[in-house]
Amino acid sequence: MSESLLFRIIHIALHLLTALLLGPLIPGLINKVKALVAGRCGPPVLQLYYDLGKLARKQAVFSRTTTWIFLAGPVATVAAGLVAALLVPFGHSPAPIHFQGDVILFAYLFGLARFLTVLSALDTGSSFEGMGAAREVTFSALAEPALFLGFAALAKSSGSLSLSAMLASPGFAISRATGPFILVLAGWMIVYLAENARIPVDDPNTHLELTMIHEVMVLDHSGRPLALVLYGASLKLLVLAALILGPLLPRTDNPWLDWAAYFLALGLFAVIVGVIESITARFRMNQVPQFLMASVLATAFAFLLLLV
Amino acid sequence: MILFGLAVLLAALSGVPGLLLRKRGGEVAAVMLSLGAVFGLAACGWTLYGGAVWTQGLPFTPLGSPGLLRFDPIAAFFLIPVLLLSACGSVYGVAYFGDSHEGARGLRLLYGLTTAFLALLVAAAHAVTFMLAWEGMAITAFLLVITEDRDPETQRAGWIYLIATHTGTLCLFAAFSIMASTLGSFAFTGFSSGFASTGRGTLTFVLFLLGFGIKAGIFPFHFWLPPAHAAAPSHVSSIMSGVFLKMGILGLIRLLSWIPDPPLWWGGLLVVLGAISGILGVAFALGQHDLKRLLAYHSIENIGIILLGLGIGTLGKSIGSVSVQVLGYAGGLLHVLNHGLFKGLLFLNAGSVIRGMGTRNLEQMGGLSNAMPVTAGTFLIGAWAICGLPPLNGFVSEWLIYLAAFQGLALSRLPWTVIALSALAIIGALALACFAKAYGTVFLGQPRSAEAATAQESPRAMRGPMVLLAGLCIVLGLAPVLLIPALDRLVSSASGVQALPSLAGFVHLGLLSTMAALLLGLAFLCWRWARPASARKDVPTWDCGYLAASPRMQYSASSFADGLVSGLRFVLWPQLHFRRIAAFFPSARRFHSHVPDPVLDRVGAPGLDLVARGFALLRVLQSGQLPLYLLYILITLLTLLIWMVA
Repeated sequence: MSESLLFRIIHIALHLLTALLLGPLIPGLINKVKALVAGRCGPPVLQLYYDLGKLARKQAVFSRTTTWIFLAGPVATVAAGLVAALLVPFGHSPAPIHFQGDVILFAYLFGLARFLTVLSALDTGSSFEGMGAAREVTFSALAEPALFLGFAALAKSSGSLSLSAMLASPGFAISRATGPFILVLAGWMIVYLAENARIPVDDPNTHLELTMIHEVMVLDHSGRPLALVLYGASLKLLVLAALILGPLLPRTDNPWLDWAAYFLALGLFAVIVGVIESITARFRMNQVPQFLMASVLATAFAFLLLLV
Repeated sequence: MILFGLAVLLAALSGVPGLLLRKRGGEVAAVMLSLGAVFGLAACGWTLYGGAVWTQGLPFTPLGSPGLLRFDPIAAFFLIPVLLLSACGSVYGVAYFGDSHEGARGLRLLYGLTTAFLALLVAAAHAVTFMLAWEGMAITAFLLVITEDRDPETQRAGWIYLIATHTGTLCLFAAFSIMASTLGSFAFTGFSSGFASTGRGTLTFVLFLLGFGIKAGIFPFHFWLPPAHAAAPSHVSSIMSGVFLKMGILGLIRLLSWIPDPPLWWGGLLVVLGAISGILGVAFALGQHDLKRLLAYHSIENIGIILLGLGIGTLGKSIGSVSVQVLGYAGGLLHVLNHGLFKGLLFLNAGSVIRGMGTRNLEQMGGLSNAMPVTAGTFLIGAWAICGLPPLNGFVSEWLIYLAAFQGLALSRLPWTVIALSALAIIGALALACFAKAYGTVFLGQPRSAEAATAQESPRAMRGPMVLLAGLCIVLGLAPVLLIPALDRLVSSASGVQALPSLAGFVHLGLLSTMAALLLGLAFLCWRWARPASARKDVPTWDCGYLAASPRMQYSASSFADGLVSGLRFVLWPQLHFRRIAAFFPSARRFHSHVPDPVLDRVGAPGLDLVARGFALLRVLQSGQLPLYLLYILITLLTLLIWMVA
C-alpha cells in the first residue's frame, strides 16, 4: 500500500514537473528541425527558456487604451493551460485529477483562454489585433466541433467520459475501432496545427501582420505579460499533443517504461510538426476553413463508423 | 402558502401607491416588490430544500372542477427567476425609468401585475387557472412592450407580439380541450401510459409544442422576440427574456411530467428544434448591430440549449435510462435558472449602456469600460457565463447537458445525442465569438463617437441589481453543490424517478468547485507575477508602428463578425448596400450591411402582405350602399331557405 502510495506521489510529481517545465522545449525542437531542414543552424533548443528568463526581467509597456482585460488574456491562457494539464494523461498513467466529464471542462478551459485572449486583443483598439481576434474566433468555430466529435467517437469506443480512460483505452490497434481511430487522429492533427498557430494555418515567424492569426493578437504585449503569452502557447503545444500521443502509444507493463516512451514520442512528435511546417506552405486565409472542415468531416466519419 | 400569497399580493399592488403619490412611487414599488420577492423566495426555499408541497383550491369552479394552485418543486424553481428578476428590475427601474418618463406610473402598475400573473402561472394546476394567468401575463406584457408607443417601431413590435402570443394561446385552448376530453377534467393530472403513442396523443403534443414554442421563442416561432425585446424598456426586456420565455419551457416540462412513456420521436424532435434554435439563434445574433436585438437572438440560442437538455432527458425516459433522463432534465432546468440570471443581467447592462449612450447601435460605442466600470465588469461576468465558460454558472448547466448527451451516446445508437453534442460545440464557439464582439466593441478600445467618449456610469439604483445578479452567477458557478437538494426534488418531480442517486453518483459537482478554486488560485499567482512593478502606461497602442491609431481605424462589430457572417451567408442572407468603387480618386462612399430576420422579414411580412392583398379583392363587394347590403342579406336568407328545404 505504502509503495503504491509512494508510486502515486512520484507519478503525480513527475506529471506536474512535465506540465510545468517541459512546454517551452517543444517550440525549441520544432524551430531547430525547421532550421535544419532549411539548411540553417537555428537557435538553441532551449531558446524559449532563455527568452522567458529575459522577458521576466524586462519592463512592460501598456498602451493608454488598455484596461485590466489586457493582462487577463495572458493570465487566463497560463492558468487554464495549467489546469488542463492536470486533467490530461501523459501517456498511459492516469492524470492527477480525473472524473466523469473532465473532457468537457478540458475543452472549455481552452475556450476560456481564447475568450480572454481575444478580449485582450480588442482592448488595444488596434485594427491589426482586431483582425487577428476575428480570425481566431472564426476558425475556432470549426475546430471546436472537430474536437468534440473526436471526443464523442472516443467516448463511444471506450465507454467513458474521463480523458484518462478515453485516451489510455488499450487495444485500439487490434480492434474494429482502428479505422475510426485513425480518422480521429487525422482530424485532431489538423486541429492541433490550427489551435497552435502552426503552418499551414498560421505562421508564427512571419513578419507580415496582415497574414497572422495568433501572433497578431499579442503584438502589444511586452515584458512579463508577453512571457506569460509565450509560456501559455508552449503549454498548449504540450497539452494538446497528449490528446494525440496518448492513444497512439502502445501500453507496457512497466509504468517507467511508459513514461520514457511518452517523452520519446513527444520529442518525435515535435520533430514531425517541424517537418510538416518545413515542407508545406501556408494556406491563403480563405482556404483555412476548408482545411478545418476536413477535420470536422474526418471526425464525423470516425463517429459514423463506430455507430455501424 | 401564506408566504406565496403575500408575495403575489405585494407584487400585484406594488404599482398602486405610485398612482396616488406625487413622487417616490418608484421607490415604494421597488420596496414592495422586493419584500414580496423575499417572501416568495422563502416559500421556494421551503419547497425546494424543505420538501413542503401544498395545494390550494380556489373559490371558483370553472368548467365543473375547482381552480387549483399547486406549489410543487417545479413551481418553486420557476418562481425563483420570476421574483429575483422582477425585484431587480423594479429597483433598477427607479433610476432607469423614473417619474420624469411619460408612462412611468402605468409601467410600474403593469410591472407588478405581470409579476403577480407570472407567480400564479407557475403554480397553476388547472387548465383554466393556467390560461387565466397565461393571458394576464400575455396582455400585461403587451402593454409593457408598447410603453414607449410614440415610436412606430415599438407599435409594430407590440402588434407582432400580440398576434404571436394569441396564436399560441389558440393552440393551447385546443390542446387543453383535447386533454380535458381525454382525462375528463381540467385539473392537471398525468396521462395514462400508452396515450402518447396514439394519434390523439400526437395531436396534443404538437398543439402544446406550438403554443408553448411560440412563447418560448423556438425557431421558427421566434419572430416576435427580437423586435419586442428591443422595443421594450430594458428592465422589461430583462424579465421578458429571463422569465416570460421560460413560461413556455414551464409548460413543456409540465407536459413531459404528465407523460409516463413518451415515444422516441418526441425527444428527437425536441433535440432537433433545440439544435436549430441554438445554432440559428447565435448565428443571427452575430449579424446584429443593435445591442438589444443581439441579446434577444441569444435568448433564442439559450432556449435551444434548454430544449437540447429537455430533449435528451425525454430520450432517456423513452429508452428507460434513468441517468440520461436525470442529467438531461437537470441540465435543461438548471439552464432555465442560469439563463434567467445572466440574460436578465445582460439586459440590465444593456439598459445602462443605452442610458449612457442614447443609442443601441454597437458601431458607435467603444471604450466604455473606463467610464462605466461597474456596468463593464458585470457585463463581462454575464458574457462569460452565457458563453458557458468555467468557472461560472453557465458552464455547470451546459456541462450537465453534455454529460447527458455523452451518456446517451454510450447507451444507444440514436443519432440525436450526437446532433446535440455537435450543436452544443458549435453554439459554444459561436456564442464566444458573438460576446467577444459585443464586449469588445462596447467596452474596449477607443470611443467611436462623442457620446461614447462622454458617457457616465449609471446611478446606484441601477448598479445594485447588476452587481447582485453577477454575484449570483459567480456563486452558482463556484459552488454548484448548493443546488443538489433543489435539483433532486425538481428533477424527481419533473421526471417521476428518484434523481438523487444519478445526480450524486455520476456528477461530481463538488469537483467542479475544486477545479474552479484551482483555476482562480493559479490565475491569482500569474496575475501577481505579471502585474508590473514599474511599467510605461503613457504610450499609445503600438499598432505595428502606425502611430496613434484613430478610433475610426478600429475593427468594428461588423468587421469582427464578417468572417463568420459571410461563412454562414447561406443561412443568414446578409444584405449589403454599397456602390462598387470603379474609378481612381473615388468620392466618399458608404457601406451598410444588415441581417434581416428570416421568418419575420422574409416570409412573415411579405406573406401577410400577399394575404392582405388577396382580401383586398373582396372589397369589390363593399360598395357602402345600404340597399346593396340588404340585397346580400336577402340572398343569404334565400340560399339558407333553399338549403333547408332541400
